Amino acid sequence: MTEFHVHQTDRGIGVIAPEGRLNMVSAKQLTEAVAGLIDAGAPRIVVDLSGTEFMDSSGLGALIAGLKSTRQAGGDLRLAQPTEQVRTVLSLTNLDRVLRARDTVEGAFDVV
Amino acid sequence: MPRLWVVRIVVVLTVLLGLNYVVWRWLFSVNWDAWWIAVPLVLAETYALIDSLLFGVTVWRLKQRPSPPPPPTGATVDIFITTYNEPIDLVQRTALAAKDITYPHETWLLDDGNRAELGEWAAENGIGWIRRSNAWHNRPRHAKAGNINNALMATEGEFILILDADQVPQPNVLDRTLGYFEDERMALVQTPQVFINVPDDDPLGSQAPLFYGPIQQGKDSWNAAFFCGSNAIIRREALMHLGVSRYAGEVEIGVHKALKTSRGVLEQARRELGPDDNRLRAALDQVGYDIRRARNELRRGVAIADVTYRFQQRVDALAREMASHDVVALRADLAVIAELAEQLGDDDMSLAKLDEADLDAVVHRDWSPLGALQTVSTLVGSLDMGRVEEAQPIMPLATISVTEDMATCMRLHALGWRSAYHHETLVHGLAPEDLGTMLIQRLRWAQGTVQVMFRENPLVLKGLSIPQRLMYWATMWSYLSGFAAVVFVAAPAIYLMIGVLPVQALGSDFFVRLIPFLLVNQVLFFVVGRGVKTWRGQQYSLALFPVWIKSFRTAFGNVFLGRELDFSVTPKVRPTTTGPQWQLIKPQLIAMGLLVTAAIVGAVRLAVGQATWLGTGANLVWVVFDLVIFSVLIRAALYRGHDVPSETDTITDERQLR
Repeated sequence: MTEFHVHQTDRGIGVIAPEGRLNMVSAKQLTEAVAGLIDAGAPRIVVDLSGTEFMDSSGLGALIAGLKSTRQAGGDLRLAQPTEQVRTVLSLTNLDRVLRARDTVEGAFDVV
Repeated sequence: MPRLWVVRIVVVLTVLLGLNYVVWRWLFSVNWDAWWIAVPLVLAETYALIDSLLFGVTVWRLKQRPSPPPPPTGATVDIFITTYNEPIDLVQRTALAAKDITYPHETWLLDDGNRAELGEWAAENGIGWIRRSNAWHNRPRHAKAGNINNALMATEGEFILILDADQVPQPNVLDRTLGYFEDERMALVQTPQVFINVPDDDPLGSQAPLFYGPIQQGKDSWNAAFFCGSNAIIRREALMHLGVSRYAGEVEIGVHKALKTSRGVLEQARRELGPDDNRLRAALDQVGYDIRRARNELRRGVAIADVTYRFQQRVDALAREMASHDVVALRADLAVIAELAEQLGDDDMSLAKLDEADLDAVVHRDWSPLGALQTVSTLVGSLDMGRVEEAQPIMPLATISVTEDMATCMRLHALGWRSAYHHETLVHGLAPEDLGTMLIQRLRWAQGTVQVMFRENPLVLKGLSIPQRLMYWATMWSYLSGFAAVVFVAAPAIYLMIGVLPVQALGSDFFVRLIPFLLVNQVLFFVVGRGVKTWRGQQYSLALFPVWIKSFRTAFGNVFLGRELDFSVTPKVRPTTTGPQWQLIKPQLIAMGLLVTAAIVGAVRLAVGQATWLGTGANLVWVVFDLVIFSVLIRAALYRGHDVPSETDTITDERQLR
C-alpha cells in the first residue's frame, strides 16, 4: 500500500510525498492529492520522491496530469529527490527533458 | 518442418519467375509507341510483383506459436467494450459475455453515446459505465481512440481486453492469452476476428482467413503481429509508456513552434507601432528578449517545464503591468471627458455624444497595445505543458488515423515492445450484412492505413527493425491495388476496341514468362493458405478499386490539405433497403459494361480481319478473368443478409427463451 503524505510549507507550497510504489494502482491518489492542494489554494506543489521506490508509466502520467492542472491554476509542479529507479524511468521516457528533478524539497521553488 | 520449406521453395520460385517476367517486360517488351497504356501496364505489373515479394517476406518464417503458458495468478484485468450508437441489446449481449469471462476482471462499457439507459442497466449488472470526462468538452474527440484514452485514465488494471460492441468473447479468452505476458516486453496479444453471421460463400468477403492466419502468423514471426482494434489484450504499462514518451516529444515540438510563432507575431506588431508608442515598444522588446532567452535555454538543455514557467511568469507580469497602465489611461480619459461635459453645461445629450467620441478614442489608443499583448498571451497559453488543445496531456492510443490500432501498434514496436498473434478463435463477432455498410467499413480501413502511411511512414519511423518496416509497408502497399486494377481493366479493353497492344509482341516469349509467374503465385497462396478460402480476398482486392482509390484521394486531402476525411462509423445493423444497391458499385458496373462491349467489338474486329487470333484470344481470356473478379459484386449487391443465425434476431430469441 502506497502512502501519500501531504502538507504545506510556511511559504504556502504544497508537498506530496508518496511512500512506496507510484504505479497504476496508486496514480489516482496522486492526482487526488494534487487536486486537494489546488483547492486549498496551494497550486505550487513539490512531489517529494525520496520515498518512492518504484514508479511506472502510469505514475509518470499522473505527474504530467498534475503539471497540467497546477499550471492551469497558476502554479507549478516540481519533482524533488528522486530515487535511482525513478531517475531511470524519467530518462527512459525522455520526461527528464521536460521535468528537472530538484535536489531538495525546500529549494524546489527557489529561483535558480 | 517440411511445410515451411515447401513455402520457402515456392516463395523463391515466385521471386525468380516474377523477376524473369517483369525485368524482361521493362527491358525488351514495352511498346513505347503506345506509352500511354504500355507504361501504366508495366508499372501495374511491377506493383503486383512487389506485392508478391512482400507476401513472400511475410510468410518466410511463418510462426505457429505453441500453446502459451498458463495465465499468471492475481493479474488485474479491465475489459473495455467500446460503443457509440450500436443497438442496446447488442451491447448488452457483449457486456454480459464479458462479465462471464472466467479469469478475474472488471468489465467496463465505454459509452461514447452517453446513453442513460445503458448506464442504469450497467449499474444493475455490476458493469462499469464510463463516459467522456468534462475535459473532452469542445476538444477533438478522436472517436474510438479518444474513447479508450479516456477510459485508460479512469481505470487501473494491468491488462486490458479491448472488444468492439459486437464482438462476443468466450469465457476462456483471458485464460488462453494472459500467459504470453510472462514475457515482460510483450505489449499485446491479438486474436482472430471471426464472424458468425456470414454464410459459407461469404459474398461480402467479411472473413479474412488469410489475414487472421498466415499473414498475421507471418508478421508475428518478424515481431510485427498487428493490433486490429478489437479482440486484443494489451499491457497497460506499454500503452502508458507510449503515451508518456509521446508527451515528452510533442511538448518539445510544441514549445519550439510556439516560440517561433511568438517571434513572428512580435515582428508584425512592431511594424504596426506608431512613432510615439514608446511604452508598447518597450514591452514588445521585453517579450522579444524573453523569447530569445527561452530559446537559448532550450538549446542549452534546460528542462522545458522550467523554461516555459519562467517565460510565462515574465509575460504574465508584463501583461498585468500593461493592463493596469491602460486602466490608468482610461480613467484619465474619462476625467477629461467629464470635465468637458461640465463645461458644456447641459448634460445628457452632449454626454452621450462625448461618450461615443471617447469610445472611439479608446478603441484607437488603448486597444492596440492590449490587443498585441493579448496575442502574445494566447501564444504563451500554447506553451502550457498540458497540451491545451487536447482533452488529455497523455494520449496512449494514436490519434493520427481513423484506424488507431495500426498506428498505435507501430509506435509500440518502435519503442521496442513485442506483440503476439494467438491463432485461436476466442471471440465471435458480427460482420456487415449489406454492401453499403461493408463498403463504408473497407473505406475506413483503407483511409486509416493511408493516413498512417502519409503521417508516420514505417519506412522512416525510428526504432523499427527492417522486417517490421516491411510488414507495415506490405499492408499499405496492398491498398495501392486500386490503381493497378484500373490498368488491368483498361489494357485488354483498349486492345480489343482499337487494337493498341501495350506489349511489343504476343509471342511465345511473352507467355512462357507470364504464365509460370501467374501459376506460381496461385500455388503460393495455396500452400500458404492450406485450404482456407483466399479467392474472395483476391477478388475484392481488385473489385473494390474505387474504394481504394477514394481512400488515397481523401487521406491525401486530409493529411496534406487539412480537409475532412468524411469519416463515418460502421453501422452494426442492416439498413432497410428496398432493393439491390447498384448505385454503390457504379464504377465497377461501368467497367464491366466496358469489358463486355470490348469483347464484342474485339470479336467483330477479328471477324473482319482487323485483329489477330492470338491477340484477341489472349485479351478475351483476360476480359473473362476481369469479369469473374467483378462478378462477386453482383452477388454482393443482391445479398440480403444471412438470416439463419442473424445476430439481432438471435438476441431477441434468446431473451425470450430466458
